[in-house]
Amino acid sequence: MSGEQPIHVVPPVNSLRMVRTLMLVTSLCGGLIVAVWQITLPAIATNKKVVLERSVRALIPNASQIVEYDASAQGVTAAKGDPADGAVRFYAAYDKNGTLDAIAAEGGARGYTDTVRVLYGYRHDCECIFGIQVTQMRETPGIGDKIITDPAFLKNFERLDVSLTPDLKSLFNVVKTVKHSTKQFGWEIDAIAGATITSKAVGRGINDSAQRLLPMLVPHLEVVKQKGGAQ
Amino acid sequence: MSMQLRASPHLHSGRDVPTIMRHVVYALLPICAFSVWQYGLSSLALIVTVTLSCLAAERISNKLSGTVNTLSDWSATITGVLLALTLPPAFPLWMGAVAGFAAVWLGKSLFGGLGHNPFNPALVGRAFVQAAFPTAITTWAPAFTAHRFTEFIPSSLTLPLMQPNDISSWVASNMVDGFTGATPLARWKFEHFVYPVQDMITGAASASTGETSALLLMVCGLYLIARKFMDWRIPVAVVGSALILALAFRVFGGDEYPPAHLVLLSGGLMLGALFMATDMATSPVSPRAVWAYGAIIGTVTIMIRYFGGLTEGVMYAILFGNALAPLLDKYLQPNVFGARKK
Amino acid sequence: MSSQPLQASNMEELLEGIWKQNPVFVMALGMCPALAVTVSAFNALGMGLATTFVLICSCTLISMLRRFIPREVRIATYIVIIATFVTLVDYIIQAVSLALYEALGAFIQLIVVNCIILGRVESHAAKNPPLSAMVNALGMGIGFTIGLLALGGVREIFGAGQLFGISLFGQNFQPWVVMVLPPGGFFVLGLWLLFFAWLAKRKEARHGA
Repeated sequence: MSGEQPIHVVPPVNSLRMVRTLMLVTSLCGGLIVAVWQITLPAIATNKKVVLERSVRALIPNASQIVEYDASAQGVTAAKGDPADGAVRFYAAYDKNGTLDAIAAEGGARGYTDTVRVLYGYRHDCECIFGIQVTQMRETPGIGDKIITDPAFLKNFERLDVSLTPDLKSLFNVVKTVKHSTKQFGWEIDAIAGATITSKAVGRGINDSAQRLLPMLVPHLEVVKQKGGAQ
Repeated sequence: MSMQLRASPHLHSGRDVPTIMRHVVYALLPICAFSVWQYGLSSLALIVTVTLSCLAAERISNKLSGTVNTLSDWSATITGVLLALTLPPAFPLWMGAVAGFAAVWLGKSLFGGLGHNPFNPALVGRAFVQAAFPTAITTWAPAFTAHRFTEFIPSSLTLPLMQPNDISSWVASNMVDGFTGATPLARWKFEHFVYPVQDMITGAASASTGETSALLLMVCGLYLIARKFMDWRIPVAVVGSALILALAFRVFGGDEYPPAHLVLLSGGLMLGALFMATDMATSPVSPRAVWAYGAIIGTVTIMIRYFGGLTEGVMYAILFGNALAPLLDKYLQPNVFGARKK
Repeated sequence: MSSQPLQASNMEELLEGIWKQNPVFVMALGMCPALAVTVSAFNALGMGLATTFVLICSCTLISMLRRFIPREVRIATYIVIIATFVTLVDYIIQAVSLALYEALGAFIQLIVVNCIILGRVESHAAKNPPLSAMVNALGMGIGFTIGLLALGGVREIFGAGQLFGISLFGQNFQPWVVMVLPPGGFFVLGLWLLFFAWLAKRKEARHGA
């Protein structure tokens, strides 16, 4: 317990030494992070892809090939890396013959405990959403998690109207979650009794995503049908 | 010659905790009897099971903490009976036992026993099972079925730890006309259906075991008030504030809000106002604080019923009032005689 | 200082964290992850192992660097090092299991501010040689994992009728929803603390007699 421990001797503050130590430590740490990132990157990418494909397949059972696209104001391009600012990622599912079956995209909104993320399936012939898959949620078990199982709630999404205005700039009707058993129109979602906040999060997530995606996607649907940009 | 020096009080009215508690039990007996007449064996078994589990919990915590036996002060019995009266008649008995243990242990023993508990133990027990078994506690059974004195509601006899047995086929086999399995409050909230007053008095409406007849509850409460075992201000303040608010909403808000009589007669308002909010250990003492306490409970009840996700709000309103009680007593003290405000 | 007999003290050092100074039940540290992620035994184990990894790596590295780190910037240096290992764990968990990653959520990143780690570093690793720091960190990590498992196990048994995903009571089990909600975390933690307090009291009574 003598001079061996520099901690007990208060030395004159040497800024150069402090800067040197911090730089050394940070560069060491930076190197470590980059190395591990490099090593784990492929595994993480595969993992994410597997999880996503599983959800898309559950939504669109006919899908034999799934291609990722980004829709932006400039048009539709094959997805590369993270979507650029303002672009929306979506997934086109093709059947065995290579014809476009349906399109899936993800939307999210804040629920009761955390963000509720849902993958919704869109078909252009009916201009409607035909199903949802909850991809992320931490809602109250027994109450909020009914959005996954409640048959009456899921029925809302068998033909949810998301048609666009004639100028293709926005949805004709805002997709909206309404109080339990007051649904009147095709674009309304009937909330689960007792789980209104979670039900509303689902509606808002779909609406926010569809409002951005569909005006950018529908004019360029041909590109997707011909697998434009896909290898 | 010996002299005794004693601090006040020097006179004892002869009333002690066990006496008061015993009379509360007497006042609850007609309500229990009525519920047994309505729901038969299931109701009887539920009341007995919950009460016994409360007594067992009390005995065990006496043993563990090495204190004297407090079974004879009747408080665990009251907790048990009151708790049973707030549960639905088809509630599985094992869940009732869980509620009983939660009531006494979480609601009372952990805080040091009777008089030290900040919350009404019966409501703590109910809140616990409401959070634990949200489906079972909102499954209602029809009253006055033909074989109620010879057979149980199937879900009562569910094996411990298992999901309640399905009662839909039992309901169908009893051919109960117009039974929807929803309480008057729920039917208002989701269908804007006004329950017939007569059903809410005679006990034909779906409800918890002990809240089916507002009239009977009032008579039993009046007995306690007349014998001065209960502070009359609390039920008056709770029911009064709820009534004023309900009338105001109905008059100014229109048909969107339920009629006032529905608010008063349905759900646990009477049971809560008369028998739970008045719990001596968890309500304030000074008169002004008592009025404020009752008004808060009535107001919160209305707020939860009208604007919340739940159909019934009396339980949380009373627990909320309990939490505020010490604060109210502190800030709303009576003026000291002769003192002047500056 | 470095010439002390290592064998015996190392064992003691290890037991220190596991039992005598258990971070969850004795020191009541790291309560945020202990309450938030312990809805199942699997999550608890994942969180416990992640924290143990960060603890061991940070403590060992800091102990090795302890003579070079100037006093004035020590906290900054510690946090940089801890944050690095947390980032590594974050990537590794994503690579191993996305399901676990989603279940643990933001709490992986929040290991950075887990007071067990900075506490260990400041009070032990900064003053002791690497081997001793590592053993101490291992003990604390195991202690924390045991604590989380004790919470997660009970909550999963009551909240879902299973343990590590294996069903214990069959199909008809009635889950106690409250147990997987935040209040359930507090109830179970309270019961465990009660149990350990009772153990301590009993031991005291015996020693007194």
